[in-house]
Amino acid sequence: MRQLYRYHGGIHPTEHKLESSELPSKSAPLPSRLILPLHQHIGNGAKVEVQVGDKVLKGQMLASAQGMISAAIHAPTSGTVAAIEPHVVAHPSALDGLCIHLVPDGEDRWMAHAPLDFHSLAKRELLDSLRAAGIVGLGGATFPTHVKYSLTPEQRIQTLVINGAECEPWITTDDRLMREHAAGIVSGIRVLQHLSEPAEVLIGIEDNKPQAIAAMREACAGSDIEVMAVPTLYPSGGEKQLIRILTGKEVPSGDRPTSIGVACSNVATAYAIHRFVDHGEPLISRQVTVTGNVRTPQNLEVLIGTPLAEIVRLAEPLPDGTGYIIGGPMMGLHVDELDAPMVKATNCIIVKSAQLFPPAPPAMPCIRCTRCAEVCPADLQPQELHWFAKARDFGKAQEYHLFDCIECGSCAYVCPSHIPLVQYYRFAKSEIWQREQELQAAEIARERHEYRLFRIEREKQEKAERLAQKEKAVQAAKPAVATPLPVAAPADADPNDTLQMRVDADIARANMQLRIDAAVARAKEQAATAQPRNTEVLTPQQQAEIAEIEARRAKIREMASHAGADDEPPKQS
Amino acid sequence: MISALWVMVGISLLLGAVLGYSAIKFKVEGNPLVEKIDAVLPQTQCGQCGYPGCKPYAEAIAKGEADINRCPPGGEEGIRKLADLLGVEYKPFGEGAGPKAKAVAFIDENTCIGCTLCLQACPVDAIVGAAKQMHTIVASECTGCELCIAPCPVDCISMVPLPENIQTWKWPYPVYALTPAPLNQPEAESV
Repeated sequence: MRQLYRYHGGIHPTEHKLESSELPSKSAPLPSRLILPLHQHIGNGAKVEVQVGDKVLKGQMLASAQGMISAAIHAPTSGTVAAIEPHVVAHPSALDGLCIHLVPDGEDRWMAHAPLDFHSLAKRELLDSLRAAGIVGLGGATFPTHVKYSLTPEQRIQTLVINGAECEPWITTDDRLMREHAAGIVSGIRVLQHLSEPAEVLIGIEDNKPQAIAAMREACAGSDIEVMAVPTLYPSGGEKQLIRILTGKEVPSGDRPTSIGVACSNVATAYAIHRFVDHGEPLISRQVTVTGNVRTPQNLEVLIGTPLAEIVRLAEPLPDGTGYIIGGPMMGLHVDELDAPMVKATNCIIVKSAQLFPPAPPAMPCIRCTRCAEVCPADLQPQELHWFAKARDFGKAQEYHLFDCIECGSCAYVCPSHIPLVQYYRFAKSEIWQREQELQAAEIARERHEYRLFRIEREKQEKAERLAQKEKAVQAAKPAVATPLPVAAPADADPNDTLQMRVDADIARANMQLRIDAAVARAKEQAATAQPRNTEVLTPQQQAEIAEIEARRAKIREMASHAGADDEPPKQS
Repeated sequence: MISALWVMVGISLLLGAVLGYSAIKFKVEGNPLVEKIDAVLPQTQCGQCGYPGCKPYAEAIAKGEADINRCPPGGEEGIRKLADLLGVEYKPFGEGAGPKAKAVAFIDENTCIGCTLCLQACPVDAIVGAAKQMHTIVASECTGCELCIAPCPVDCISMVPLPENIQTWKWPYPVYALTPAPLNQPEAESV
């Protein structure tokens, strides 16, 4: 038996898992409308690839990944793109995000798709196809999987950790998934194994899910994958916490697990990879728990983009609901109305009631009891962070490693003064991020301004040089007439000599006349050869382009001349 | 007694030589304070302080010629940072000189006549255009300094406030009322 380790802190909230974990999961029926936010993952939002009115097939890419950290979004069913416009999304700001609205045609027709032989692909190609399949971490952070497994040659993965801990109360999606699709998860793990080439693979599952552990052990029997039962303790499902439990290694502050040779993915992510590799299906659906104040708490396989209200209706909510939680009770988002659609990160919807989730008691001043520090799984000093955030002393908060906080809510859970501690940390984090961005913008503005000053100075110098050179050229090119008329008076000349002065003036006048004549001649010459400047010197490539455009124009003109009869105007490529 | 004096003289000569050498060797060019002040300023280059850019204002502050409350884009926090840095008292903005909401310039392209006057006014080269060609603002580089508005002969430039979106949204400061707990409060049920 492998040794397990402990991380600092942790709490034991009431589990509430049995409500939803005993019913087999069902597929939700096709919704009336699908709303797909473009920003469902960490990183850049996806780039729209369809137009309003387009007919799309199930699995067709609607928006492609943009930049390195991004993932594609696909049509969860066949239908018509009804609109591309902002819609409420599950975000604490309650602001709208740009979404693709899809009206299903009811046929649920797949586009052509085929399994992928990942062994024959280069790793880079496999990662790119994961990116195009929209596969992101489904444990909650939605970090694009292809980025996590883009390893540099120096990065060696010792341990691949598969996260089936599911420590947050009420949620049972991973539990049901492991019980029902253990073989699929294992085949997804094979792909991750191929990508990271670890020495060992460990699946961590909390010991409050004995059936899931049994199912996974059975699926992994005779293989090199080890299934480990870990003690039930919140937040063991945190990436850094689970790595600590299984390997004893601690991820350094501000670093990713790959820096210590560990890669960690959720079981649901492994299952999504299996659906893609073995069936060719991109990420268009996921399991979600609907529980709380409903008649039949259960797990559902739901298409991404389904309005959350429609999902809740399937579980028959009881009449005395007092709101909803999207996600778990510890880290989820509390909302009053369910207008938002389901996204890749949505793993649970809880209907609240006054009994199950009584309103938080009024917050009282901190009494410095440090119970929060005792339970903090990141080994921070939450009370200090709270004071710094409250006093807006962000530098100090960063010194106390604010950014190592995983916002698990353990500190707020045990706080005897019921202070909304996590809110303070989130406030401080977003303030620091904004400041960081402003500093960067200021740095860019400074550079641009300094470059502009440099450019103006350079242009001034160049102009002066050009003038000087022209002057010189004029002097040099001047015919012999100019030379016998030196401007400078002889050194021995008496400056008061009027004759000398008159001669000087004559010479100056003659010089001026010469210059004027030369300028007139130059202007005449220029006028004669005047042509638009930017067409003077052309590379053969540009000439070829022009010829091509001219040909196209001629073609269009020709088509237009006997159009009328043609039904469609010619399309320009 | 004499030997002690010689030792002291020797030490003072040695230390003097070391100090003199390092004063030449490690001489800092320019005023490092200017750089520090410049780093605090928001780099909008707007000239609202009365100086042609952030650097000249930083130089003026370093020389003690300018007040620290002349930079509206830096906001109150900017003043506090400058006060901290310089070890002086915080000074509020003068009347009507407070910071404005963030905005970027926008050119009405139907009205623009392509005069290039705004191009010359922009301190960060964030306007693209050429003579008799329509101009447009590179919004991502625009600092919102408003310097392009005055030179425009057809008044086609306006400032558009930046709307809040999910990417720029910030968590609000948690505000909750501190209320005395009821005397016979029942034990709160843990969830």
